[in-house]
Amino acid sequence: MFSTRNFNRSKPVLFILILFPSLLWAYQFVTGNLGVNPIEKLMDELGLMALRLIIITLMITTLSNIKSLKSIVVLRRMIGLFAFYYVCLHFSTYIVLDHFLDMQFIIQDIIKRPFITFGFISFLFLIPLASTSTNNMIKRLGFKLWKKIHYLIYPVAILASMHFYVLVRADKTEPVIYMGIIILLLLHRIFKRLTRPQLAQ
Amino acid sequence: MKILGSEITPYKTYLNRRKFIKGSLASAMLATVTSSAFANHDSDLSIYTKNLNENDKLNSYEEITTYNNFYEFGTHKKHPHLNSGNFKPRPWTIKIDGLVKKPQTFDLEKILSNVTIEDRVYRLRCVEAWSMVIPWQGFQLSELIKMAKPLSSAKYVQFVTVFRPEEMPGQQKRTIIWPYREGLRMDEAMNPLTILATGLYGHEMPNQNGAPIRLVVPWKYGFKSIKSIVEIRFLDTQPETSWETLAPWEYGFYANVNPNVNHPRWSQGTERRIGEFKRRETLMFNGYEEEVAHLYKDLDLTKFY
Repeated sequence: MFSTRNFNRSKPVLFILILFPSLLWAYQFVTGNLGVNPIEKLMDELGLMALRLIIITLMITTLSNIKSLKSIVVLRRMIGLFAFYYVCLHFSTYIVLDHFLDMQFIIQDIIKRPFITFGFISFLFLIPLASTSTNNMIKRLGFKLWKKIHYLIYPVAILASMHFYVLVRADKTEPVIYMGIIILLLLHRIFKRLTRPQLAQ
Repeated sequence: MKILGSEITPYKTYLNRRKFIKGSLASAMLATVTSSAFANHDSDLSIYTKNLNENDKLNSYEEITTYNNFYEFGTHKKHPHLNSGNFKPRPWTIKIDGLVKKPQTFDLEKILSNVTIEDRVYRLRCVEAWSMVIPWQGFQLSELIKMAKPLSSAKYVQFVTVFRPEEMPGQQKRTIIWPYREGLRMDEAMNPLTILATGLYGHEMPNQNGAPIRLVVPWKYGFKSIKSIVEIRFLDTQPETSWETLAPWEYGFYANVNPNVNHPRWSQGTERRIGEFKRRETLMFNGYEEEVAHLYKDLDLTKFY
């Protein structure tokens, strides 16, 4: 049931499902149906979607440790690229719609406001991940180096959740839940690392 | 009163309702024009718009009543509109205590029969860098302070919001320490711009905007304008306020709108006026510099933010 083939078959559906929210929000934005403060709403929705997708890519790796779910890993690249897609939309909403390309203000903002610094660095770290995502790049870099580059997903996830955490004024329940999930997923990886040599014996 | 988006009445109907309100408060509804910041009573929307700054446009009733920060009803902007339906703003009393001749509890109706309800169209600037222009109805806080007869030792006024977790679902969670508290220096409280508002757009104050009575201090960030007030205390020391207690490095007691003093997490130099696409420059004291700058001439505003 959870064969590579079936996971591959689900890709087109998954593709449309993950793409759909961005099209819906764009449509709602253009038609004036995103509420009273549409720019803020658009930016929040895009950012939240990006964070959730980043977390899902981490989960996929963890789930693929389960024998019967091993093949789920074939979905990871697509979801990772979608995370990058949503981060790009989120970032360009901030640059273009929120601050109207006022680069002087934006640079000040990135340097001076910790939460924007976190978000910006997270975005920068995602660029090498997205640009080395093709099979060809894996071949060219060699799997070892490629894997090293892709460890960047850990700081990306941590910074993205901090970006969200610092932004919230009171009731930090939601960002704390995301941080908690990220920490659990990372702890699981550390645990796996530590136990691996024993398995090798 | 719960208003669904689909039930939003056009302006004409508000104005009819306002005539009704006017009748019911007959003696209280004396029309006055005192300064450029005030609007006069009349029968169409121009009563609100004619004294408007040329760069300002009224925000719609829908915008003002569906996008609120009122954590007593939840932390999301739409929560107050969605979750305030069970709140009962009548009957209502306000307890006056602290440094006064005689502590007492006033019935809201009694207060209203002793004051002059006026139209005041004010800019409201939120600390989160968005703003609106709102046509309030209310009366000068100074009128109530005169009724309360504070002692000369009273230097500050503290305000307390009602605590009713059964009617205010946000209060069932400890997002901030309930009840919400705010405060002003006595001269700020006595300033003619400072009002207690009981309505907007000619409607009785909607629950999500702080029914039945709230403070409006237009030159300070929105969180100073405490809603649903049940207690006013006169003190000789600076009172604790909710946001300052929660995060003193972010929110000060004064909280004057000031484009030159940034919030640690975001710039205060610009703001998004709800309904507008491009950000606009934030004005010193939210554009009320002429009326209030003298209050702070000896104060270092970067220190006392």
